[in-house]
Amino acid sequence: MAKSTSRKIKVDALSRVEGEGALDLHIQNGEIKDLKFRIFEPPRFFEALLEGRDFSEAPDITSRICGICPIAYQMSASQAMEDALGVQVTGPLRDLRRLIYAGEWIESHVLHAAMLHAPDFLGLDDAMQIAKANPELVKKALRLKKIGNDILDVVGGRAVHPVNLKVGGFFKAPMVERMSELIEPLKWAVDTARELALVFGGFDFPDFDYDYTCVSLRHPDEYAIHEGRIISNRGLDIAVSEFTDHFGEEHVAHSNALHGVSPGGPYLVGPIARYNNNFDQLSPLAQETAKESGLGKVVTNPFKSIVVRMIETLYACEEALRIVQAYQRPDASCVEIKSGKGTGYGCTEAPRGICYHSYSLNKKGLITSANIVPPTAQNQKQIEMDLRGVVEKSLNLDDESLKWRCEQTIRNYDPCISCATHFLNLRIKRD
Amino acid sequence: MTDAPLIIGIGNPHRGDDGVGAAVVAGLIEKGIEAIAFDGDGMELMVLWEGQSHVIIIDATQSGVQAGTIQRFNAHEVVLPTNLFRHSTHQFGVAEAVEMARVLGELPRRLELIGVEGAVFSLGQGLSAHVKKSVATVVKSFD
Repeated sequence: MAKSTSRKIKVDALSRVEGEGALDLHIQNGEIKDLKFRIFEPPRFFEALLEGRDFSEAPDITSRICGICPIAYQMSASQAMEDALGVQVTGPLRDLRRLIYAGEWIESHVLHAAMLHAPDFLGLDDAMQIAKANPELVKKALRLKKIGNDILDVVGGRAVHPVNLKVGGFFKAPMVERMSELIEPLKWAVDTARELALVFGGFDFPDFDYDYTCVSLRHPDEYAIHEGRIISNRGLDIAVSEFTDHFGEEHVAHSNALHGVSPGGPYLVGPIARYNNNFDQLSPLAQETAKESGLGKVVTNPFKSIVVRMIETLYACEEALRIVQAYQRPDASCVEIKSGKGTGYGCTEAPRGICYHSYSLNKKGLITSANIVPPTAQNQKQIEMDLRGVVEKSLNLDDESLKWRCEQTIRNYDPCISCATHFLNLRIKRD
Repeated sequence: MTDAPLIIGIGNPHRGDDGVGAAVVAGLIEKGIEAIAFDGDGMELMVLWEGQSHVIIIDATQSGVQAGTIQRFNAHEVVLPTNLFRHSTHQFGVAEAVEMARVLGELPRRLELIGVEGAVFSLGQGLSAHVKKSVATVVKSFD
């Protein structure tokens, strides 16, 4: 029941200096008077930094945008450059890219789901409390996450922030022996991801559903990770190069960040969007586990993203295992590339959703313009919509619980705050 | 095999004083001392220090003291306040990673933390003057 009294609450999850994101919530007479969610994005700092640099530098520079998902940036940038310069990466090199991307999904998804999101559902303040309450679960999750890092190490040359990727492929193709060492751990990982999906599927989920406009890649032959056309569940089906014809970034007064908008309004990118659009392409085991975890073929409750992340983790482990088992070291570690003039587009499925890059190059192969749209910027408007809906249903909660519910709602998106901002403050006012 | 500690400098060099860890690492490498710069999630620290017996971490702090103040901690002697080092609601910071490792019994045998208090953390800014001085002090302390 909505309260008729007026309340004013200030909640600072973190009181920080400049560059902070915030949720400001103002409730008056039991109704939302104002709700603003903002995440400050780098104000085109990196795009400016890229201008005048050689095309080959883009993967490394852009991977600095996000310390958490460097592969997404390296891969989207590489693809865009390859598109601009008219080359294609196929066969075993393409498989290696899919493998390392699967590694990033595994480590990113498991970290978020098990360590950052699960405490919300268990009534625990943070992962330390889970570690104390259930150290075996945490150790298992960390071991699973570590297998993602191991893939990054074997294929990318480093367990964090890989250095082996380049436009056209890799500096060096991994040795078969090292790849083989991943087989047994990955078999264990498939089982463990399934086990965690089932555990998380048993959580109590807050009652909230939304008819999302789901935007993701789709590939004709596989659950899209690093390649595909951009589609939506509303019938959109476009080439990556057409992205800016259909999606824009709306500059909103309360936020430095640019909210992603489509002509149809806010939209969702990330695990739920991918799952809803491409469920038919998940492996039989992933589909079966989804069902056993209580998921339908379409997920409309954003809190269930924690389960979807584990389904995608399971799938990523299966894919990684398949690629590792079939691996034969290619003769060349990359495709030959000649620098030159051109414009190219790249888009891949970062753990948090589509990450779009486009670049123009002059005849020397130097970057004359860059456009990068990270997933969290696109989800921002949708996060605000979710918060509005969730708060409306939760007005009877006391302030602390309401704040928690808001944080949990934001965490559904695993918002890559480091892409967009460093901190998040939550402020609730009731009067 | 040497007893050299694993030295990790944490932070984003593009965000003002958050770059203090990377700046110290650059200073150490210049002197021929091996060190690595890292700007990912704090939980990755557990991956980085796996199997290491002596680890030294340098990071920016925001604890309200005078900018440039250098604070040293021995992880085995103190429980780190989670708001000491920079972090967000979503990421793990250094303190969380250390405390998690402690709970799981996976702390390196020796783990030292060097915090340098930052003042400016805006994107595209360099180190502030106080922090620059402290970088030199920290680098010198490895002589």
